Formats: sequence, C-alpha cells, structure tokens
Amino acid sequence: MLGTQLAQLRDGTPTGLTDADDVVAGFDDALLRGFARVGEQDAAALTALADAVVGTPLGERVAEAVGKVTAGSVGQEHLAALAGARSALLGAAHDALLDQLDTALGRHRAPWTPTGAAGDPSPARAAARSWLHETALAGWRGIDHELLSAVGTPVEAALAEPQSRRLAVLLDGFAAELRAGLPVATMAQVPVRRWADLWSRAVLLAQDGPAPVPAIERVTGRLLPLGVDVHEHETAVQVQLHAILEPADGTPPRLVRVTVGAAKVATIGGPAVWRLLSAYPALLTAIAQRRALTVTDLPAQDGDLHWVDGQAQVGEPADPFATARVLLGTATATALPPLDRHPVAIAEPVLLEGYTVHDDAAAIDLDGHRLAVALDRLPAGGPLTPALVAASSTCLGLIRWDDGRWLLQPLAVQATVKRRPVEAHNGDWADGVTDPKVAKAESRAGDAVAVLRERAGRLLRR
Amino acid sequence: MTDTDGAARRRSVLAVVPPARPRKLAKVPFVELADGRLQGVVSSGSDIERVYVSSVTAGSHAYHCSTNNNRPCGGLRGAPCKHLESLADEAVLQYGVDRVARYLRVDAGEGTQTGVELLSRLDARHEPTSAAVVFSRFLRHLAYLELPASTTVLPELHWFPSTGAGR
Repeated sequence: MLGTQLAQLRDGTPTGLTDADDVVAGFDDALLRGFARVGEQDAAALTALADAVVGTPLGERVAEAVGKVTAGSVGQEHLAALAGARSALLGAAHDALLDQLDTALGRHRAPWTPTGAAGDPSPARAAARSWLHETALAGWRGIDHELLSAVGTPVEAALAEPQSRRLAVLLDGFAAELRAGLPVATMAQVPVRRWADLWSRAVLLAQDGPAPVPAIERVTGRLLPLGVDVHEHETAVQVQLHAILEPADGTPPRLVRVTVGAAKVATIGGPAVWRLLSAYPALLTAIAQRRALTVTDLPAQDGDLHWVDGQAQVGEPADPFATARVLLGTATATALPPLDRHPVAIAEPVLLEGYTVHDDAAAIDLDGHRLAVALDRLPAGGPLTPALVAASSTCLGLIRWDDGRWLLQPLAVQATVKRRPVEAHNGDWADGVTDPKVAKAESRAGDAVAVLRERAGRLLRR
Repeated sequence: MTDTDGAARRRSVLAVVPPARPRKLAKVPFVELADGRLQGVVSSGSDIERVYVSSVTAGSHAYHCSTNNNRPCGGLRGAPCKHLESLADEAVLQYGVDRVARYLRVDAGEGTQTGVELLSRLDARHEPTSAAVVFSRFLRHLAYLELPASTTVLPELHWFPSTGAGR
C-alpha cells in the first residue's frame, strides 16, 4: 500500500456514511432501554430508521414495525423488520467503504452469485427468535440472570443442528458478554453498537430464510498463504487463512480465504487453540512452515475455499511477503453475500513497507499519512506482540473499519530487534510453539485439553 | 447516566469479556460466573471418580457444596469448606478479583488478592441448593470438546478477534 492510497482512504469518506451511522446509533440507544416501553426519544430514533429505508423493498414493513413498537405491541416479525433495516444500512455502509478501499487499492472484485433456497423451519431458530424477542423487550439494562440462563435452550438446540452453527456460536458468545456485564446498569460503558450488531445479526440468522447451499464451483491450483486472522470467544475458535489461489486452468490469481474452526471452552486459550484444529494437518503445516499448498478439486464459494485436508498437499516454501509483493496487486477479490455485509466484515489483505511507527505502535506513518493499528487484534496464540509491531517497518495485514476510522490489523511483520532482522507471523505456532519461553510457560500451565478430556471421559457417558 | 457517550459507543469490536487467564485445571476443572452464582466443580482429592459441586450466590452470598449426587460435603461446618475455597481461588485466577467481586456484589476492598480472602469478606451463610443444575452445566461445558472441528465459515466471529498477545 502506498501513502497516496492512505490519503485516498482518509479523504474519500463515502457520502451519507455519517447520516447512516447516526440513524444506527439512535436505534442502538433504544435497544439499551428496551422495546417494552418506548419513550419519545427512542420513538423518534426508530422513525428515523424507517425513514432511512423509505422507497426500498423494506420500507413498508419497517414503517409498520416502528408503529407497532412505539404502540407497545412488538412481535417477532416486527423485530425482524427492524433488524433487517439496521443491517441494510450497515450493509450499504460496508459496500460504500469497500468500494472506496477497492478504488484506492486498484483491487478488482468479482460480484456475488445469488444462491440459496428456503430452509426447513427449525426448532432451534424458533427458540432463538423467542429469546431475542424477550431480550429486545428488556433492553440491555433490563437483562437479568434468569433471561441469560434461558439462552441455554436455543444455544443447545442450535449446536445440535449443523446448519444452525452460525447462530449457535453467535448466541453463545453474545450471551457470555451480557453475563459478564451484569448488572448492566453499573457497567462503566455499555457497548451499545456492538451488542445491537450482535443482536441484529442473530435475529437475521434466526429467520427460517434461505439455507446455505453446497458450494457452487470446484477449484484446483496452487495456494499461496498470506497470513492468518484468528477469531475466538469462550466457546469457539476460528482460524481464517487469507491466501492467493493460482488456478491450474490459467485463469487470473484470486484472493481467497480458508476457514477452519472448533468448539472450545473458556479455559482453553492462547497457543493451545491450535491443538483443537489437528484434523487439518496439511493446512497447519503450511501455515506454520510458510509453505505453498497444492489443492485439488476443492469446493469453493464467494472467495471461501471449503477445506478438505485430504485434497491438499504441502509444497515448497512460499514467503508470504514475496507472495504479497508479486501477486496481491493483481489478484481478484470476491464480494460477500449481502446478509454478511457489515463494516466489521471488511478484512482486506494489504502489504505496507517503509513506514515509521508512532504512539507505542498505535499508529503507523507512511509518507506523512497516518493509519491506526488494531493492536487489540494480535492473537494470544501467536508470536506477534505490540513491541514487535513497534519495531517493524514492513507489515502484511488486514485493512479494517471500525468507529469511523480505518485500521491496520497486522498478520505478519518484518522488524529489527537488537539490530537483527526478525520476522513473525500470526500462524507461526500452528504446529507447536516455537518460542522456548512461551513453550515453557505453556507446559507449566499443563494441558487443559487433556485434563478436560479425562474428566469428560469419566463423567460424560454415564 | 453518561454510559452511552463513552468511547465504546460506536465501536463494533471491543473486548467486553477479557480472555480467561490460564490456570491449572486438575483440581478445579470448571468455574463460571453464571445463573447468578459463582459456581463450579472441584475434583475430589481422594477419589478420582468423585467431584464436588460448589457455589456461592451473588447478592445473598449463600453457599453450598455437595457431591454431584447431592450428598452434602462433610467439610461444611458453619463455614465454607476447602472445595469452596479452591473454587474461589481458581475463579480469581481465571477472572481476576475485580470481576468475581463485581459479580458476587461484594466490596473486594484494598489488598484482597485471593479467592479465600474474598470469601472471608462475604457475610456468607450456608443454604443447600441442588447440584444438578451446576453439574449439568459442567457436562455441557465438557460436551463442547466432543463437537467435531468444522470448516463452516462463521462470519460473525469477525466481531470476536483473538486478543491478548504477549500476556
């Protein structure tokens, strides 16, 4: 990425973004107080949301929903309409921001291909809708232990349905946060945007709408890793590899993602999460050793390769920085499915070189143009630390957007420590911790997975 | 209230739940702050097949400890037993003393560092409760480890970055 491209990002804030953000913020505040009794200020905020989607296919349903909410008789279908309107606004913000980013980077993006068919009604989704309805009536301030204990039913039901995995994992992480926040009235700061985001997405996922369909194409070729983004809450971990696929059929290189994940518990964290992914040895080896992979006939959809470890072969060493230098500029990206669009989903791989670091690594400066660094996105299961970022001059990262500003999430850096060049990647410990100090601390803490599996073996099957 | 005007107001991604701090699980495999209680499961020191279910209720500070078959713990003699002490100590290791104190609604005071010290600050009394709810939550907790790994993309996890490098 060049300084001039950073300047384009800073100066080209999309038209209407601030207005959309204000409308969403009004809705978020209303959800803090709940929809059981809607005051004047919140009624105005909801009306503003309805006004924002006037003239769209959502317009009538949202206007009706706002009428019902302010009259004090909100049903589940009305909440779906409100969550839909909020998601549409943020989806539009996503599109505008990503377009701005693509323009600055000169990145070509293939359009999304519509798929999906109506899914069967699911008891798990019905239970989730009912819980989300009660939550919205209570508002964050009205949430109590009883309401949070009640989330167990939809979570358990959704975990048992493979097609409801997204809903299960979202509700579980969301409820854990609300639980940690109790009593919300005494919280120093209520994360109203975040919780409204999670609630809205859960409401959409809880509809018996289009179900995911099997992948629509098969790809064969050489996969060159760029870096891994690690996601984690108490009961889930997900590793997303950003990579460039060179298709064997000679079509242009593509920017793709490979995602693998596992369920876990809160006491399994840090480098131990990699051990939960041992079902994917080829992928982990390629990540840890920075090697290319040859993939054969792998299902793919919307830029996501659906990983089948047996259809991948670990190949020759492939330096991610070299891959980025040579191929990132021309690789084609793919648009996300509309319902997944939200500014939080923007995660575009970029390479930055020759910058200076400022404010304890909280910002970098490239040719006089600043970019904030998301230091809170450095995973505990990898070697990247704020100190390494501070000592770096080259970074492979993801461009993200949050709270009105662009951020750089480092995935790998080249730095100078004690006058020696060092390199660190998020995935370096995928095959085991390579730092002796961290490895020692890990072994001192003991193997959490082994202890819990022993307990499970003794107590679970009775 | 000024809690809607803070820096967190329009941020989508921020760490609301700090990651659990690493601790050894052999003695107390399960601790949680849920259902309005600090509750968990403590492995018996003498019988590998036996576990104790211990809990302290937020607010009222009623405590109880029994086997998972509801046999009361012999160590409860007008004061929290050693299982409750282990539970509180491990909770403080996992969550930090402030979070445990806030959840139980007790003033941690200056210098309180361990769970045992925190327990001593409670105006606690014994009140039998059923072990079944906590024990079934523990079994559900263990069941997470039985779920197979998956290649289903979970876009929602972009709200939940792994964090805490260099802890």
